[in-house]
Amino acid sequence: MLSATETAGPAAAAPGPAAARTRTRVRSGTALGLGAAMTYLSLIVLLPLAAVVWKSADQGPGFFWRAVTTPDAWAALKLTIGASVVVALVNLVLGTVIAWVLVRDTFPGKALVDLLIDLPFALPTIVAGLVLLALYGTDSPIGVDLAYTRIGVVLALLFVTLPFVVRTVQPVLLELDRDMEEAAASLGAAPWATFRRIVLPNLLPAMVSGTALAFARAIAEFGSTVLISGNIPFRTQVAAVNIFGQIESDNVTGAAAVSTVLLVVALGVLFGLDLVQRWGTRR
Amino acid sequence: MAIEVRGVNKSFGSTPVLSDVSVDVRSGALTALLGPSGGGKSTLLRVIAGLEQPDSGTVRISGVDATRLSPQRRNVGFVFQHYAAFKHLTVFRNVAFGLEIRKRPGAEIRRRVRELLELVHLEQFADRYPHQLSGGQRQRMALARALAVEPEVLLLDEPFGALDAQVRRELRTWLRRLHDEVHVTTVFVTHDQEEAIEVADDLVLLADGRVKQAGRPHVLYDDPADTFVMSFLGPVTRLDGQLVRPHDLELSVDPVPAGVPATVSRVVRLGFEVRVELVVDGQEAYAQVTRRTADRLGLDPGAPVYVRRSPEARGAAVAAG
Amino acid sequence: MTRVALRAVALTYLALLLVLPVGLIVWRTFGAGLGPFVDSLTTPSALHAFGVTVVVAFWAVLANTLFGVGVSLLLVRHSFPGKRLLGAFIDLPMAVSPVVVGLALVLVYGVGSPLGRGLASAGIQVIFSIPGMVLATVFVALPLVVRAVVPVLQELGEDQEQAAHTLGASRWQAFRRITLPGIRGALGYGVVLAIARSLGEYGAVAVVSGRLVDRTQTMTLFVEERFGNFDQQSAFSAATALALIAIVILLLTKVLRPKGAV
Repeated sequence: MLSATETAGPAAAAPGPAAARTRTRVRSGTALGLGAAMTYLSLIVLLPLAAVVWKSADQGPGFFWRAVTTPDAWAALKLTIGASVVVALVNLVLGTVIAWVLVRDTFPGKALVDLLIDLPFALPTIVAGLVLLALYGTDSPIGVDLAYTRIGVVLALLFVTLPFVVRTVQPVLLELDRDMEEAAASLGAAPWATFRRIVLPNLLPAMVSGTALAFARAIAEFGSTVLISGNIPFRTQVAAVNIFGQIESDNVTGAAAVSTVLLVVALGVLFGLDLVQRWGTRR
Repeated sequence: MAIEVRGVNKSFGSTPVLSDVSVDVRSGALTALLGPSGGGKSTLLRVIAGLEQPDSGTVRISGVDATRLSPQRRNVGFVFQHYAAFKHLTVFRNVAFGLEIRKRPGAEIRRRVRELLELVHLEQFADRYPHQLSGGQRQRMALARALAVEPEVLLLDEPFGALDAQVRRELRTWLRRLHDEVHVTTVFVTHDQEEAIEVADDLVLLADGRVKQAGRPHVLYDDPADTFVMSFLGPVTRLDGQLVRPHDLELSVDPVPAGVPATVSRVVRLGFEVRVELVVDGQEAYAQVTRRTADRLGLDPGAPVYVRRSPEARGAAVAAG
Repeated sequence: MTRVALRAVALTYLALLLVLPVGLIVWRTFGAGLGPFVDSLTTPSALHAFGVTVVVAFWAVLANTLFGVGVSLLLVRHSFPGKRLLGAFIDLPMAVSPVVVGLALVLVYGVGSPLGRGLASAGIQVIFSIPGMVLATVFVALPLVVRAVVPVLQELGEDQEQAAHTLGASRWQAFRRITLPGIRGALGYGVVLAIARSLGEYGAVAVVSGRLVDRTQTMTLFVEERFGNFDQQSAFSAATALALIAIVILLLTKVLRPKGAV
């Protein structure tokens, strides 16, 4: 649903000659539109985010460091990063498997399964948390109680990040030329060798970018973890929930400090991904 | 003159595309902008239409300075290489578009569109959508759409470029006949010299953003300004340091005045024509003769012959650069 | 053999993660028939929360649609220095935690900031009020319309618009008659995604709304508040209603999804 393959962004628009061609056209119109867009973006996105970073630093780097390393904030950050790494790796493997099954396998109801993949994008995160708690909570009808545990947190993050790897790998797999695999097989490669030496190298960029997007989403996640984690500091509290708690108790500077860490990690991952992709396309 | 282009310069970024281009287009004529790809001919057409702004220079259409006029106000018909069909509109609505914009009465629009669809032989396709048409049909629809607004000039950008060879040939004959019927001043871009010579009244040969030569097709063919024009408009071969048309070469078994001794290296029969490949002074050349001539001379590889430029050949040979 | 094993792994994972949990909540909601479901969603609080959600989503989607179309045209049809950067700014909200979004807006528009105080003295309360919730929702759903429209606009090309110009159409006429019909599907797709995101937003709205019951409570906040107060029936009913909306939206996106996109 979200075209996550497009991380190069809309910025990749209009190549050379066309760009040069439009340059001579209504400079005033372009400037007006750009001004309006930047004002809108500044008021809603850029100024507020800048305010967070500013707030986190306005009492000096020492304060920032203490705010980030208070025992509960530090524990929350460690849990968030750790759980997100686990979630990203599970997505890397199972997301690719699901994409593979959706592209290469045929079975009744496949279209329905394909549709379901996007459900986590459409479902409100609080509802996601609630439905998981219903099956895997204290009242679990199957006797699996993951409420207020770290596994519960991982489960919630797996739910909301499910589409990323599937939806980035699937189109690549669809486009993948089966002739290559047949050629490899005709040259004597066993199925596993064909997969490892022919298919995997072609899928890897999509797998990596889907995994990175899933990771970025996981560290930012809030709604789905609120109910199932029980919000227990040092045990199940993730960073976003920690920030929320600090805002509620009016510790805005501390909240801003942890927020800044999350922002920096997420932007670092996405920026790194962009670099890898550009390097990949140049090669 | 229908169109007068004077001293037009245009660059994309730092790449010059048109350098000091001046062109006249006669009223009512069918003019071809001919040249190799990247030579600037499409850009010139787009400058005339107002789709590009020249960096300097002027464009006059029907005597009016149109240089700063938007395409909307130039009253030109433009046919795009890839049709630019309005995908969400039927053939009828495509053709009616310009008239609807001009808020013409419905009855007039219906009458005019029907006439135009008849003219381009699409009357039974009025309710179809562009994706239900073949390439040639789409191109004809685009032409009817451009003609609907009764433009002062009709501009066609590689109109047959995206079509296969058979349809191309049919459509260009048809375009010529259509032009003879409606007489609107028409400029079309092509890189195909055969197409240009066959269809156009006038040629403008553009290369590297400059006008190499302009005039009637036979003038450019027989009296080219330089070797580039000569070799672009038709086949050439070298003889005695000169570029000549291979069909202007005359072969004989016995010595003739001005005849140069040569050896036949290969004889290729292409139906009615025969291409005789020669070695003259250690240089390769070839002559195009009729089958009858070839049979009469009894040419075989290795045979010695004399070759000269036929005294009846029209136009001039050009010193090879 | 491998094929069957992979299929089993994929389907089991999806069943345990998605189908069973969502199915169970629908089952529990309707366990006692349709009556309790309807009753718990027609209480004054539930209806109010629904109204707030619709109002907030409406303004946010409207703003993002206008902005999205405008910025897409800017990115695809115009050329200016810093285009890549603008594209990156538009994608930025995808990398920001909803809670951070909320905090960011509180810092700028809350009474702790000069701007917030200025707005308050002019009688405009942003934080703990609808305008702030709209801002938060606009923030989180910002990239959706742009990302849906940009590729289609690129694919569409400029030829048709130029053809319209040569036929006498003004910029506005060419946009309305040619460009807009050309991007209609993609725009619908982007708008539907934005609606889904806007109806479902929780974290950012939780921070800026102050979670005031019967005043700034949206459906998602209602779910959380009811669950916290041990009113499972209401929480499950509201969650099921939101899930059903999500499923309808999924089906809509399936219809509207531009061809070729996955």
